[in-house]
Amino acid sequence: MTDTFFEMKDINKYYQMGEEQAHILKDIDLSIEQGEFLSILGPSGSGKSTLMNIIGCLDVPTSGEYVLRGTEVDTLSEKELAQIRSREIGFIFQSHQLLPRLTALKNVELPLIYAGVSPRERRRRAKEMLIRVGLEDRMNHYPNQLSGGQCQRVAIARAMVGSPSILLADEPTGALDQKTGRQVMELFHELHQEGRTIIMITHDMHIAQNARRVVHIIDGELTEGGGTADA
Amino acid sequence: MLKSIKGTITMLCECFTMSVRNILSNKVRSLLTILGIFIGVTAVIALITTVGGFSSSLTSSFSGMGAGTLTFSITGSDLKSGLDANDLAELTALPEVDGVTPAVSLRTRVSRDGKYETGINVAGKNAYYFSVNPDTVKRGRALNRIDDENRTFVCLINPELVEELFYGVNPIDKTMYIDGVSFTVVGILNDDASESVNDMFNGSPDILIPYTTAMKLNNVSEVTSGTIYLAEGVSSEAATSVLESTLDAMFSYEDDTYTVTSMSSIEDTMESMLGMVSTLLSGIASIALIVGGIGIMNMMLTTVTERTAEIGLKKAIGALPWHIQIQFLTESFLLSVIGGLLGVVFGLMLSMIMCSMMGAAFAINYGAIALGVGFSAAVGLIFGWAPARKASRLNPIDALRSV
Repeated sequence: MTDTFFEMKDINKYYQMGEEQAHILKDIDLSIEQGEFLSILGPSGSGKSTLMNIIGCLDVPTSGEYVLRGTEVDTLSEKELAQIRSREIGFIFQSHQLLPRLTALKNVELPLIYAGVSPRERRRRAKEMLIRVGLEDRMNHYPNQLSGGQCQRVAIARAMVGSPSILLADEPTGALDQKTGRQVMELFHELHQEGRTIIMITHDMHIAQNARRVVHIIDGELTEGGGTADA
Repeated sequence: MLKSIKGTITMLCECFTMSVRNILSNKVRSLLTILGIFIGVTAVIALITTVGGFSSSLTSSFSGMGAGTLTFSITGSDLKSGLDANDLAELTALPEVDGVTPAVSLRTRVSRDGKYETGINVAGKNAYYFSVNPDTVKRGRALNRIDDENRTFVCLINPELVEELFYGVNPIDKTMYIDGVSFTVVGILNDDASESVNDMFNGSPDILIPYTTAMKLNNVSEVTSGTIYLAEGVSSEAATSVLESTLDAMFSYEDDTYTVTSMSSIEDTMESMLGMVSTLLSGIASIALIVGGIGIMNMMLTTVTERTAEIGLKKAIGALPWHIQIQFLTESFLLSVIGGLLGVVFGLMLSMIMCSMMGAAFAINYGAIALGVGFSAAVGLIFGWAPARKASRLNPIDALRSV
């Protein structure tokens, strides 16, 4: 058996919407191995954000089994979920979501503050990450002094700084133009090559095809789409 | 364990710098928010410090004035309405007593040479009074024992009356009329020579005459009030009890016939009254503190709503609920304490001005400062708690969706 990174079995998610109960995710089975680069492709309203929230331990499924690196996530408390997020998951959001009042460096340090890392160690690792994403000369800039692509790279550095086991990207190029979007994708490829596990959620076929493996989600149902483009 | 404590401390430092940054990033709003706390603490500090200064000035002037004296006031019984000459002699003869000054006063009209004044305070004093208050006389002679015994019609008048009745004339040995009776002026009083407590409450007398003469004018034969000067080294408590037993005997042990008051008891009463006033006013001022706390809560709730996305993000990258809670709590705490400290500084300044205006001694009251700062800190924590809890309980998914 290879390194199964996480495994989802019969995941169902319902939301109460007024009187009705919406069935957002239907019997999802999904497993990922260490070092995979996976795209989850689906139109808006297909349930892909809900799936991402569950993968990212922001939410728990209504029924089904989700095992992340040997931990059964669906039984955890809010506090334990937060600890798992801090340790295992690096989030990258559609709009970079940097804190406007903090410099790029401080933004990258933020996850380490909550992980209880000492200030010196924090600074060292944050600098390392910013250099890794090619922003060594922008460390003390505030988000409003950076371009959209640079902000997204800061966000990637922030996602990676805690050495999470998965990078979870929600429409990472959604707010970027084509050229910077491509640059971000190149960075993803490099990170994948370094052995990181990446899950990317998108509605854009072209972006999705950057990944080694693409799954489709439509109306809450998941179908394997087979492998696509080369790295 | 040690590592987690260290982590918590760095976390708190981080919270602190983040809070300072957030407070400074919206200066106008932060200022308006702390205004309530600021005003409340200013009021409390100014009130407590000013009343304290006023009461200590009062105490020092009182203790200078009334040291070694007691005052008595006779209500009398059906058989005996006051003290006669024998009673006074008996009181004077007590070993605890140095001397007694009866207080007899009337308010009447005086005239001379077609000029007249009404509503003049005339007080009857004895020779002893002048011997213990030598500063009373500015010119001329004091009253003496012969005046007391013979009920002579002589008087000492204050400079104001000299001006009114004897303009351009030396009043000594001249005649004037008090209550229609002819008196010879023998002396002129100093401006504020009066040192007795009675005078302080009744207003300084304009004219002094022998107390025996005053009793005759009032058509009474007994003294109903006066001041007792204690012998050296006698405590007012000891003297009070001796006097009380003597007076009890004089009034056949009937209840409620007299009162003996010492300066220290008057002082105590005044101090406790001032203390009550101060507590009451502080209580009213602390309403401002509560209003200020509500202002902070309002602002914090707004901030939580505004920063929903930030909270969601922080939770997504691993912040625990208490991380979020402590951050918002630090912010409201800081806001409130800044307001409190400014209030302390401003309140002390205000009280310094008020004290110098009233001529009272200004002294920094550390208890009041501790109270002001402590209260504002408590307000910050209490009113910041609910918004911070609300923030910490936000669902990260909902929070992130609000982008």
